[in-house]
Amino acid sequence: MEGDLANCNSGKFVLLYMSMHIILFGRLVDIAGSSVLVGDVADTDSLINALHNTYPALAQAKYVIAVDKQVITSNTLLNEKSVVALLPPFSGG
Amino acid sequence: MSNANSYERYHRQTILPGFGEEGQQKLLKAKVLVVGAGGLGCPALQYLTAAGVGTIGIIDDDVVALNNLHRQVLYSVNDIGFSKAERASHILGQLNPEIKILSYNERLLTQNALLLFDDFDIILDGTDNFSTRYMVNDACVLLRKPLVYGAISQFEGQLSVFRNENDDDVNYRDIFPDPPKEGEVLGCDEAGVLGTMPGIIGTMMANEAIKLITGIGEPLVNQLLTYNALSNQVYQLSLSARNETHSLIPKNETEFLRTDYLWLCSSPMSEEEIDAETFNDLIEKGNVDVIDVRELQELPEANDFANIKIPLAQLANNAGEIRRDAVITFCQTGNRSLQAAKILKGIFGKDKKIYSLRGGILEWSRRKQYERKKA
Repeated sequence: MEGDLANCNSGKFVLLYMSMHIILFGRLVDIAGSSVLVGDVADTDSLINALHNTYPALAQAKYVIAVDKQVITSNTLLNEKSVVALLPPFSGG
Repeated sequence: MSNANSYERYHRQTILPGFGEEGQQKLLKAKVLVVGAGGLGCPALQYLTAAGVGTIGIIDDDVVALNNLHRQVLYSVNDIGFSKAERASHILGQLNPEIKILSYNERLLTQNALLLFDDFDIILDGTDNFSTRYMVNDACVLLRKPLVYGAISQFEGQLSVFRNENDDDVNYRDIFPDPPKEGEVLGCDEAGVLGTMPGIIGTMMANEAIKLITGIGEPLVNQLLTYNALSNQVYQLSLSARNETHSLIPKNETEFLRTDYLWLCSSPMSEEEIDAETFNDLIEKGNVDVIDVRELQELPEANDFANIKIPLAQLANNAGEIRRDAVITFCQTGNRSLQAAKILKGIFGKDKKIYSLRGGILEWSRRKQYERKKA
């Protein structure tokens, strides 16, 4: 399922072996309607494209992308074990 | 206060392995500035004061309000309407009269930031808006001051330490290069925040400051920690510096003073304003007159694109020099060019499309440098 994303906030345990996870933070959770998504894409650029197509409001949001807990600045290859995190900036104090 | 009292006051931390009398002496000699005496600032200030940080600065121009009290637990109803900086200073003085507390009941601005920061060893960012956050970050990079960063939203918090010792130390702009525009990211006044959230993150900020001062443990350098109060999930990310980040930060005091942080984070004020990207697109498409409305001797010179020099004061009389149907005015920071655009609109009405370059030539040059380095 190339470029596929699935929402996995079913409220129940979902066992997802061998599946790339995308963790969302802050307001991005509201946009996607879930704090965790699963996907199957080749790299971060394709992931972002797929996410923006599925959730157009995400394209307007500011966020930083981390792959396996390392913030990335350019397209990065992903595999089925990758954990991708999208973090928006917070202003509150 | 006597040494015996001091010994007793700090006893429980000085007996800690690795902390000792030496750690206490370091704290007593340290100078920490807390920017913002709000949700994050209050707990940070309480713990820094209690721990015996020798000099603590508090800058905030706000007054205590009833809707602050669910999270700013330093204050009580009697403080409502009074200066946060002054009330905090008074209350903290009662907690620990042995230390020096300096309160600044004023707004942090580019005009006072550098001078103020210079007097302190560590800056804690407890502000509640992006324009001040970016200004605090840039000032700390410029002065090479360690910055303890914390931010919260609803049920989540972020925490990091920007050491700013070397050029390749990560700063806030390595994570988020540009400020979001007004309304793009909601503050606590709109999105809400759980009262304990700033308590947790603010306390962690004080903890990082204490670690930096005493040298214990591993401060959160080149790391971003996120905490979710609902799930208790802690997510810690590694950060790396980006080459291009420094081109976004003012290089010296003069550039810093010229940067309008409030503007950088605000939405376009009028329909005439365009950003650097749109500016470049319009120039590339051609058939546009670009007008430099600065005085003739002003630097930097704009040599990267064709332009006509008509200082603002002479614009109305020389508008005849403008031939094309689309016009973009620019100046140093975008203020005068917006005035110029309005003047031209008054002259040409709907006959020409009139634009003003937001942020001026300074922001445009910075962006160009940034894009070049990024490529």
